[in-house]
Amino acid sequence: MRRLGPRVEQKVAQTTLWVMTLVTVGVLLFIIFFILRRGLPVLSLEFLTTNPADMGKAGGIFSTIVGMAVLTLLAILIAAPLGVGTAIYLTEYTWGGPVTRVIRFGAECLAGIPSIIFGLFGFILFVTKLKFGWSILSGGLTLAFMLLPTIIRTSEEAIKSVPPAYRTVSFSLGSTKWQTVTRVVLPSALPGIATGIVLSVGRSIGETAATIFTAGSALRMPTSIFSSTRTMSVHFYILAREGISMPNAYGTAAILIIAILGINILTYYLMNRFIRKYS
Amino acid sequence: MSDVAIRVEGFSQSFGAVRKLKSLDLDVHRNEILGIIGPARSGKSTFLCALNRLNDLVRGSRVEGTITVDGQDIYAPDVDVVALRRKLGMVFATPVPLPRSIYENIAFGARMAGVRSRTKLDSLVRDSLEKGGLWEEVKDRLGTSGLKLSGGQQQRLCLARILAVTPEFILLDEPTSGLDPISTMKIEESLRKLKKDYTIILVTNNTKQAARVADRTAFFLGGELVEVGPTAQIFTAPSDKRTDDYLRGRFG
Repeated sequence: MRRLGPRVEQKVAQTTLWVMTLVTVGVLLFIIFFILRRGLPVLSLEFLTTNPADMGKAGGIFSTIVGMAVLTLLAILIAAPLGVGTAIYLTEYTWGGPVTRVIRFGAECLAGIPSIIFGLFGFILFVTKLKFGWSILSGGLTLAFMLLPTIIRTSEEAIKSVPPAYRTVSFSLGSTKWQTVTRVVLPSALPGIATGIVLSVGRSIGETAATIFTAGSALRMPTSIFSSTRTMSVHFYILAREGISMPNAYGTAAILIIAILGINILTYYLMNRFIRKYS
Repeated sequence: MSDVAIRVEGFSQSFGAVRKLKSLDLDVHRNEILGIIGPARSGKSTFLCALNRLNDLVRGSRVEGTITVDGQDIYAPDVDVVALRRKLGMVFATPVPLPRSIYENIAFGARMAGVRSRTKLDSLVRDSLEKGGLWEEVKDRLGTSGLKLSGGQQQRLCLARILAVTPEFILLDEPTSGLDPISTMKIEESLRKLKKDYTIILVTNNTKQAARVADRTAFFLGGELVEVGPTAQIFTAPSDKRTDDYLRGRFG
């Protein structure tokens, strides 16, 4: 076969890449459109603010929104400090010896474990062994473990991408290691770290397998972290799976999508303001 | 003039198995500008980073011999490295403003040392920028990012930032290697003024710069000190043939 001329080659490459992008964006838009078209007609203020009734056939989804929010909040409150702390230790306080590599490898393996395994693990450890029962506490801890590897990994990348010269300059101006980490490295790495955390929030909101085993599926409004609760994702799964109410299932899905979009947009807005302040 | 501020005796620096500095003996006098010249990889920068112990940050760093600053052995186990680094301020080859405002760049060292008072910081910032020869150019925009300055201004910012931690010594690692002639001239001018209050060590790739500003000049080669002496003597009648070869551009 004759080789194409460089100009033709360039045209072909550009077109191919353009089509690939189009397909990706197209699929994404299709999913969003598909869900919203079915879900939006169900939505109303009442749907958002009343608790489900009759197994979810009637009423709204208020308690599942609360369940999802509390569970995610708890998971992030546990996972973010642990994950960021580990990442700081691995990048700033070790020379990258064999121990560091083992920890990093372990975290990576953990990231690849299917969430249902985490669900099972959480069920055995928190629900039965530690006797927390099906509760927000069990679910939050399980989700936290599931999110940890991602947070460690993204935080590490963010910290590593801070120019080494910043550290040298900071030390040369007479700051301690801790000051260098907190005043120079972390502010520069924060956008990357926050992105990792937001991704984790998204994953946590969308998670079904890990929470159904650990937080349960109670429709009542939770009263403490020992209450069982049902997240929106689990609610959607049960509504659709049991064929309880397809319209309400799509309504729930629409809210899920809108929530995740909203969180992402808000974060990018805050990040931009932060970046402008720091550069 | 011959008051010894830094005394280096039989000092060697290794990283892992690599010996970067080989048994140096050298005195630095108070309030002089000591120029250090030599080809690339001759150990000039490593020597500077040994003086404020920035080499500690490199994996496998090991030293032999002693360096005393103001009579204190800086590699003694009880030395406060943070205080040492405040005493020996360093300006790097590439200007690295921290990603924050001009004001905060200058105030950084003082803040890390625990200064909180706004009036103290204000006067420190002004004072340092004046000494660094940058005040007139930036006094109306102290709040803008240090990254927005030109290369020459950034380097003077870095110099002023060092002055704000009130060091006794200023270590400069090829401070003008990336700058245009006018910026270079401004930095050299500042150095001549600063000499009366500080002891300055200037590592430079530009032998003419050493000739212009240094009181004494040392020639490094392959991690060894070949010779050190009054600048005029080094440039006109060096005692070692290698110095002569280097200055005539036969190598390096």
